Amino acid sequence: MSGLLDRRLLFVTGKGGVGKTTVAAALGMLAALRGKRVLVCEVEPKGDVAAAYECAPAGFVPRQVSPGLHIMEMDTEASLREYLRLNLRVPTVGRIGPVARAFDFVANAAPGVREILTVGKLCYEVREGHYDLVVVDAAATGHIVGQLAAPVGINELVKVGAVRSQTRWMLDILEDPRSAGVCIVTTPEEMPVNEAIDLAGRLEVETGVHLAALVANRVLPELFSRGEEEVFDALGEPDAVAALGAGPGGGSEAAVAEVLAAAALAVRIRRTGAGHLERLHAALGSSCPLAYVPYLFARADGARAVRQVADALAEELGE
Amino acid sequence: MTRSAPRPAAPTPLESLLGTREVVIACGPGGVGKTTTAAAIATTMSVRTPAKVLVLTVDPARRLADALGVAGIGNTASRVPAAAFSAAGVRQKGELWAAMLDTKQSWDALVRRHAPDATTAAQIFANPIYHNITGRFAQSHEYIAMERLYEIHAEGTYDLVVVDTPPTRDALDFLDAPGRMADFFASGLLRWLVAPSRSRLVGLASRPFYQVADRILGTQFLGDVAEFFLLFQSMYDGFVSRAQAVSSLLGDARTTFMLVTTLETVPSVEATRFAAELAQRRLHLGLLVVNKVLPASLADPEAITVAEALQSEPAARAHALLAALPGGLAGASEEMVARVLAEVGRSFTSFGLVASRQRELLAEMAASHEVTATVPHLAADVVDLRGLLAIGRHVLDASGE
Repeated sequence: MSGLLDRRLLFVTGKGGVGKTTVAAALGMLAALRGKRVLVCEVEPKGDVAAAYECAPAGFVPRQVSPGLHIMEMDTEASLREYLRLNLRVPTVGRIGPVARAFDFVANAAPGVREILTVGKLCYEVREGHYDLVVVDAAATGHIVGQLAAPVGINELVKVGAVRSQTRWMLDILEDPRSAGVCIVTTPEEMPVNEAIDLAGRLEVETGVHLAALVANRVLPELFSRGEEEVFDALGEPDAVAALGAGPGGGSEAAVAEVLAAAALAVRIRRTGAGHLERLHAALGSSCPLAYVPYLFARADGARAVRQVADALAEELGE
Repeated sequence: MTRSAPRPAAPTPLESLLGTREVVIACGPGGVGKTTTAAAIATTMSVRTPAKVLVLTVDPARRLADALGVAGIGNTASRVPAAAFSAAGVRQKGELWAAMLDTKQSWDALVRRHAPDATTAAQIFANPIYHNITGRFAQSHEYIAMERLYEIHAEGTYDLVVVDTPPTRDALDFLDAPGRMADFFASGLLRWLVAPSRSRLVGLASRPFYQVADRILGTQFLGDVAEFFLLFQSMYDGFVSRAQAVSSLLGDARTTFMLVTTLETVPSVEATRFAAELAQRRLHLGLLVVNKVLPASLADPEAITVAEALQSEPAARAHALLAALPGGLAGASEEMVARVLAEVGRSFTSFGLVASRQRELLAEMAASHEVTATVPHLAADVVDLRGLLAIGRHVLDASGE
């Protein structure tokens, strides 16, 4: 999977609840530790990236949170103001008063405006070379195609004007697999895997952006090898349960049964998940790298969890 | 065929609650099992009560869609055959119907209903902006789900409608969608934007806007946008009164909400916030369902002692075990048995950690809101009616904690 972090722009997506923010934060941390100048941008500002790094809230203006690592939150209105200032030399908010007033309306009404301002800002940071890598905590699988397809859509809808000429250089960045890519995060569960496979199929056709990697998050460890599993099954026999309960360190048969039942549940959950991951591998394993991140029993979120996910990704990335 | 597990003859409190309601709206953060839980209570109510129940689902897993017979049927409701219930070993008192939510189809139907004439409807369908908006307009999905609910409810075909809400950026979006849609069409800005295509005389105040907008977007695109909204404006009255009716249905005494969550940090925080928001809006939270709960035995002190011993001295435990079993254990060596025992202990401890986090989050949630049911963490996916009925039992038979 080496080369993933050599791209300039990486969109991290996945079904809601799979831990895409944690993975985005971990990729950013990893690249920064490799000496890159990194920007991690949260597209739907909820403060999740800042919470992942356990630092003060991010704003539209990027802020360094550790050596080489910067964070920002997308603000489409601020992005519009920046765009107008840079491209049309409309200097002050005062003079674009009517634009600001109409902004919410147009952004909600005209398709792709919000999206183009989001993707445009990200591509701008890449084009200007402010960062070696921009990692985007992007929209969930349900919305990402709309977001990434905005430049293509605008190109089709808008025949002339400044925006049309802007979309060309954005598409040059987005459609080049060496510069941009999408990283889909999933968990070993049915719907997240379905959505990952579905998105992978639509991505290049509808947006022109390439699939860079798959990350399977919260993968349970394999408890037993085949032979060991036979031993485990035999442990459930009444005489074995009784023998395990007897003697020092033992307990009632009920307690022994509870301990065995917990392990059996873990085995079954893992097996169900493994089936979904096999499906994922069969569908997409040959088209892009697939990294596994283990389930973190001890801590589910915060900076320590991000660090552990980053370590796991580093190992899988082989860097 | 196994029969469904015996259950109390009298209806449970939650069953009675649902018996007095006409609409249940399932909501909550993404990835917590909302769709499955909605399907489960609809299925269970159709078995236990002589009601005609509809589950309006958004995006079910393929195998669940197959179980409900809704795979690929779009907006049209279809009945889950009674034979499927007898095959699952249960007798159904009522009927179960299922429908999917197809955003595009629903928008088209809405336009046909509210457009003043067929020509206007055809013009709207032909407008390039329309396709983009119905597919991508930030609130279109949320709005259309509530709109469809209203339509189905108004038809009065079903005794109980259970709605699954679409995954949104924010779990609360759909509550505001009808109101926002009404605001949108009522806004002066709409008229203002549409103005230039009605008249070439653009007011002084808006001239800078059009100049800037023309330079950025081009006149033709603005023309498309203006035409689209001009056409849409002809549906204004229909839309606004409809949106108000949808809003009032959400607050109606015949509607209740089912909040679904899991005991992970982010979903449970979001769920608690959502419950508070419902209360603030005086919307009725009838069910708070917590999914994927690990077994209580993970906190049993005696079991913890057993697991710790397995982990700390697996060799001794393996030796003692094999000594007590003259027939051996699947022919395994002492080393192998020790490895298995250590792994069993480790697994218990690991899941015990997760379970203790779950207990903390559950206690926090229960302090502010009544948790009406906890559903155990299931090892396998729910793929058939039997699985749905098992979940329905957990949700509806719970006495509350």
